[in-house]
Amino acid sequence: MEESKKIYWKGIEQLANHPEFVKHAHNEFAPGPEPEEDPGHSRRDFLKMMGFGMSAVALAACEAPIRKAIPYINKPVDLDPSVPNYYASTYINGGDYASIVVKTREGRPIKIDGNALSSVTQGGTSAQVEASVLSLYDNARLRGPKIGKDKISWEDLDKQVIAKLKSIAAQGGQIRIVSNTIISPSTKAAIEKFKATYPTTQVVQYDQTSAFGIVKANEESFGAAIIPSYDFSKAKVIVGVAADFIGSWVSPIEFTKQYALTREVTETKREMSRHYQFESIMSITGANADYRVQIKPSEEGAVVTQLYNLLAAKAGRPTVTGGVDKPNLGKAAEELWANRGAALVVAGSNDKAIQVIVNAINDILGSYGTTINTALPVNYRQGDDLAMANFVNELEGGKIDVVIFYNCNPVYDHPSGEKIAAALKALALSVATAYKEDETGTLTNYLAPDHHFLEAWNDAEPKPGHYSLGQPAITPIFKSRAAQESFLIWSGETNVDYFEVVKNNWKNWFYTGQTLDFQSFWDKCLYDGVFEKPTTLMATTPTFGGNVSAAASAIASNYKTSQWELVLYESGNIGNGSQANNPLLQELPDPITKATWDHYVTVSPKDASGIDFSESITKYYTITANGKTVKLPLLVQPGQTPGTIGIPVGYGRTKAGKVADNIGENVYPMVTMVNGSLSYNAVDVKFEATTETYQIAQTQTHNTYMGRETVVQETILESFKDKHWEREFQPSVATWMKDDHKAKPDELNMWKGHEYKDHHWAMSIDLNTCTGCAACVVACNVENNVSLVGREEVINRREMHWLRIDRYYSSDAPADDWAGVEVAAENPEVVFQPMLCQHCNNAPCETVCPVAATTHSTEGLNQMTYNRCIGTRYCANNCPYKVRRFNWFKYHDNKQFEVSNPAMNTDLGKMVLNPDVTVRSRGVMEKCSFCVQRIQGGKLNAKREKRKLKDGDVDTACAAACSTGAIVFGDLNNPESRISKLLKIRPQDPKHPYKMDKVADNPRAYRVIEEIGVKPNIWYLTKVRNKDSAKA
Amino acid sequence: MIKKFTASACKFTLVVVFALLTFSTNAQSISTEPAAISAGESLFNANCKACHRVHQKLVGPALAGVHDRAPSIDWIKAFVKNSSKVIASGDEYANKLYNEYNKTQMTAFSSFKDEDIMNILAYVKAETDKPATPTPTPGVEPAGGATAATGASLPSEYLNVILIGMIVILILLLVVLGFLVSALKRFLDDKQLSEEDKEVVSSTITVGSITRSSGFIFVVVFLVAGLGFKAVINNLFSIGVQIGYAPKQPIAFSHKIHAGQLEIDCKYCHVGVTKGKSATIPTVNICMNCHNQVKSGATTGEGEIAKIVKAWETKKPIEWIRIHNLPDLAYFNHSQHVSVGGVECQTCHGPIETMDVVRQHSLLTMGWCIDCHRKTDVNSKGNAYYDNLVELHSQSKKTPMKVEDIGGLECSKCHY
Repeated sequence: MEESKKIYWKGIEQLANHPEFVKHAHNEFAPGPEPEEDPGHSRRDFLKMMGFGMSAVALAACEAPIRKAIPYINKPVDLDPSVPNYYASTYINGGDYASIVVKTREGRPIKIDGNALSSVTQGGTSAQVEASVLSLYDNARLRGPKIGKDKISWEDLDKQVIAKLKSIAAQGGQIRIVSNTIISPSTKAAIEKFKATYPTTQVVQYDQTSAFGIVKANEESFGAAIIPSYDFSKAKVIVGVAADFIGSWVSPIEFTKQYALTREVTETKREMSRHYQFESIMSITGANADYRVQIKPSEEGAVVTQLYNLLAAKAGRPTVTGGVDKPNLGKAAEELWANRGAALVVAGSNDKAIQVIVNAINDILGSYGTTINTALPVNYRQGDDLAMANFVNELEGGKIDVVIFYNCNPVYDHPSGEKIAAALKALALSVATAYKEDETGTLTNYLAPDHHFLEAWNDAEPKPGHYSLGQPAITPIFKSRAAQESFLIWSGETNVDYFEVVKNNWKNWFYTGQTLDFQSFWDKCLYDGVFEKPTTLMATTPTFGGNVSAAASAIASNYKTSQWELVLYESGNIGNGSQANNPLLQELPDPITKATWDHYVTVSPKDASGIDFSESITKYYTITANGKTVKLPLLVQPGQTPGTIGIPVGYGRTKAGKVADNIGENVYPMVTMVNGSLSYNAVDVKFEATTETYQIAQTQTHNTYMGRETVVQETILESFKDKHWEREFQPSVATWMKDDHKAKPDELNMWKGHEYKDHHWAMSIDLNTCTGCAACVVACNVENNVSLVGREEVINRREMHWLRIDRYYSSDAPADDWAGVEVAAENPEVVFQPMLCQHCNNAPCETVCPVAATTHSTEGLNQMTYNRCIGTRYCANNCPYKVRRFNWFKYHDNKQFEVSNPAMNTDLGKMVLNPDVTVRSRGVMEKCSFCVQRIQGGKLNAKREKRKLKDGDVDTACAAACSTGAIVFGDLNNPESRISKLLKIRPQDPKHPYKMDKVADNPRAYRVIEEIGVKPNIWYLTKVRNKDSAKA
Repeated sequence: MIKKFTASACKFTLVVVFALLTFSTNAQSISTEPAAISAGESLFNANCKACHRVHQKLVGPALAGVHDRAPSIDWIKAFVKNSSKVIASGDEYANKLYNEYNKTQMTAFSSFKDEDIMNILAYVKAETDKPATPTPTPGVEPAGGATAATGASLPSEYLNVILIGMIVILILLLVVLGFLVSALKRFLDDKQLSEEDKEVVSSTITVGSITRSSGFIFVVVFLVAGLGFKAVINNLFSIGVQIGYAPKQPIAFSHKIHAGQLEIDCKYCHVGVTKGKSATIPTVNICMNCHNQVKSGATTGEGEIAKIVKAWETKKPIEWIRIHNLPDLAYFNHSQHVSVGGVECQTCHGPIETMDVVRQHSLLTMGWCIDCHRKTDVNSKGNAYYDNLVELHSQSKKTPMKVEDIGGLECSKCHY
């Protein structure tokens, strides 16, 4: 049918069919990368070296290197070397929250997983959370307290700080504690104690990405200055206006989970939500939407107003002036209206006026009490833009004497950072408690470093009645001290143990009414990581009291369109920049742009049409907004609204550490104040080309798939609703038997085939619920000690990721119209396809290895044996999925990679390595192992307990990290396993149930490039779009 | 006298012996009956061995001849049942012993019946009367590895004898042939031969002509090259193989004393062996469980044990030297082999209980691992994990299921 003729192109170079791209399209590896080292060695030299080397080795072997085994003096009871321990804890980074389980080995945290016991995050994680374990071992961390540039002892620091605080407080001097959102009740209590001692203290909270507009709007609409709980899982129609709720808006982990529930389709549930997204830049949320509509940033308010007017007309409410018509807006309104009570409209704007209208829309739709719960406000974003602006004014006016920065970095990530930096010098006392000496810390008098969150006791209250306990998973590595302890000590308390403080708080606050004795209650909370009070708060339907017409006129007067408009956004890898010094995130390709290690400015292909650019080589542009000028390389982003430029925040760090420093520019100063809150959009932007060229390190164009229906299959919900629906593309292979005889690829075999008597490991990836968030990629990196190679090597296409997420854009041209592919889709559809070793049953890599370094296991795994590999790379060349990665360098213990790969090159970084997985050396091939160490571990546990292996005993790192459950891993030989049931697995030949040939009866299940007969063990589930027709 | 009785009369004898015992308790009444001796042996091994040996002074005195030495059999019984009572009673012999052994009191075995003690004495007496042989170290016999090693060395000795014999025979043959040649030559010299034949007969084979002959040179070159190649290959294969590696440890800890003589279970100290991949070197607190009390060693005196106490007190860990080093690319898990597979420690580590200094007993090469995986039956009994595999295996093969049969030779079992 027609919709199957879409072409997916992996990048703009492919779309543009640039000559250089075409030339190299068939090569797996980059064209002619420079020889890595001294090319002076000839074959003859090699033989000479070989001769000498042999004798040297023989001599060296005479003496064994002495290796020491150093046991504990007194072994901790629960700690056995080589046996992992798991601790429930809490990830807190400003207002970002996740309940987590930390895996430790020999007392070192090495992996973070989601905690399924939390009803808030429900076992979900994000790339940021997964990567945070490496931030613990950041070499740029503070080693202890400091006064200016010099070390100081905690005793001296306390003495000096207390003396100054006392003298200043006695004179009535003003004290301010500046922080990001604080979601820890115990931290707030500690600060309250500090305030009691020093009554002139005020706390100022701000957020890197503010949601103050929502708070103000709710205050106006319902009289409560809160952000309500949203429940996407109950929504049948979702409209997002520039709200990247999967990527960065308010609580993305939670929303991703809820959203995926509505996107899941099965044979019994042929229903899914319909998602409209109106946005300017291509966000990860927009990429998942069914209908994505391009708007200019200045039109966000008008779109919301228009939607309001359309709905108000239906509801009989007064309409307001303003509004702009956009495609699909009327359709969206119709459907929202039809699904009242199961609809949700969210807007990303931080403007109160826009949010008031959104509230009015949700009020019309009956969302309050169904998809929105104002009785259960969330605590993720408590930043107050006005209070912060006021603080900056006071600071500049010299009215403040003391500032304590509690784990925040406003000099870098607040628009008034420069003003704060200038005013700090005049202060009598300034203290920073962040665990790293960042842009703010370098300017303060004292540095009183807090622990990393994995070293500290803490608690969190993401929502009322939902409590989360932060438990240290490692003894503090450096001489840091809990910031809360510092506050308590400075307020005059002695012998403070913050652990006892938290415990007592929990006893006083949450223990009441429990039947258990307190110790048991505490132990249970510690074990679970969360404590959730049975909620008595029912979702209420508050009365809307907002002034819509005032809001509409504010929108009309505040937003004027201009030629170039700017959007500042959090990218899917670096986020707000607080973890920018984490190379796991720097090397993680942004889910949309697939750029790594680089800062860039995105424009639409239309705007870039006059610009000469070739494969990843681009030009620098200067962008001026809000009086700040930055120079960034250009990245062409399909789907972006013409006339809009997008710049991710989080770059341009100067004091973050070796990894992040001097990458890109800090664009936080471009954020302006609009209508009483921070606006991340700007108009009247100057956008000018320079002549300087640059190459952005992108991972997107190095593999090409031709005949793409066999790679990505999709349909629309209307078709899928038919019970007899079948995939359109079902390849068949001509055989010798008859002229017109065609066989299914599964029925043909060149080999005898394997038999898997014990287990048959396989994976299913649902393209419908995969949002492309890339948490799995980071989880895989951490679990499997995957090397990080740095920008240069990514450009050389030598990145080592075992799991990549292919992001395909569609083209409107039919598949056979090669010229048509050159015409950019104005607004492409997007598919995310996680691609990893497919563990083919007839693996083409195995047959070409001259040394049998890659072989097949009796459990269906395609095994890669590093110590056998001699590096011919035949396997990579023969892999149809291009998932094999070659170690071009020794990435460990190599100074060259110290910055990009600290996990293998510094003593501190090495603590994060998984001791069960070999660190690969130079010259060997590697690839996804289906986390064989986890398989072996799970089997061993079952064997030791003398029982059968249960489903769920073994899970791969990617499947465990997947918030949406898109990745399912399991044993096909176990008919009760989740994957067997999901795919409806049956043996092809019932007489031989253990043969490798299995058939998946799930109509959506297909295997990539099935027709070549490699018989992969990974099935993909066809993407279903909830559209009326295949045309966008 | 009893020995003369036939086996069928044994029961009767026993009755007689017990009857005698009830009347008199002097030394003569200690049984020499095999049943009593074996009963006594098991009791001795279970209860006494931790502190006593028959011929050797350990924590307590050597027990050889105790029945003659001690004041009376009744005294022995009383002392065994409750030594502190005997000492408290002011018994001279008991107090002498008590002082001699650093005032260490013997555990009271109040649960022992008189017969039990008599059986133990029977065993001790039997051991005492045995001709003096080197103290049999327990554990040597059951060590399969040790016997296998000696068994393997036997044929090579024979081989040497055969080789030497053959060489002697060959030399004799050569001599005989030499005589024959000279005799024949002399015979031919007497005959009238044609010129050509004469030339053949009288042609002299000198050393020089042999060494210059192309055949000789070829053989020599071939042999030298072949042997050299073999030597190189052998040496290459031994790179990184450290069989017999027995470095001097910071503390002269003897497995021979702890595991051999004291028969402390391996798992008592190597606690990780059933839990995880490393068996773990015992932590100092485990050493201190015993060495809180035991301050003086049988062979090294106080110096070595003092090092443990020092480590404990100064909290400075002991830096043992690792003996068994696998390369980082090989994953080995002790619990898989010990808990699941039921493999004895000695199978890989050799007769550890006889080693004063631990040495690497096995090759620890991949070939060695693979070899064992080929030969070893899977310990599948009572383990539900293997049920299905065993059933499938029995359908196709009659032989027991080896590790090899369930993927034990696959790369990813050890390399990942």
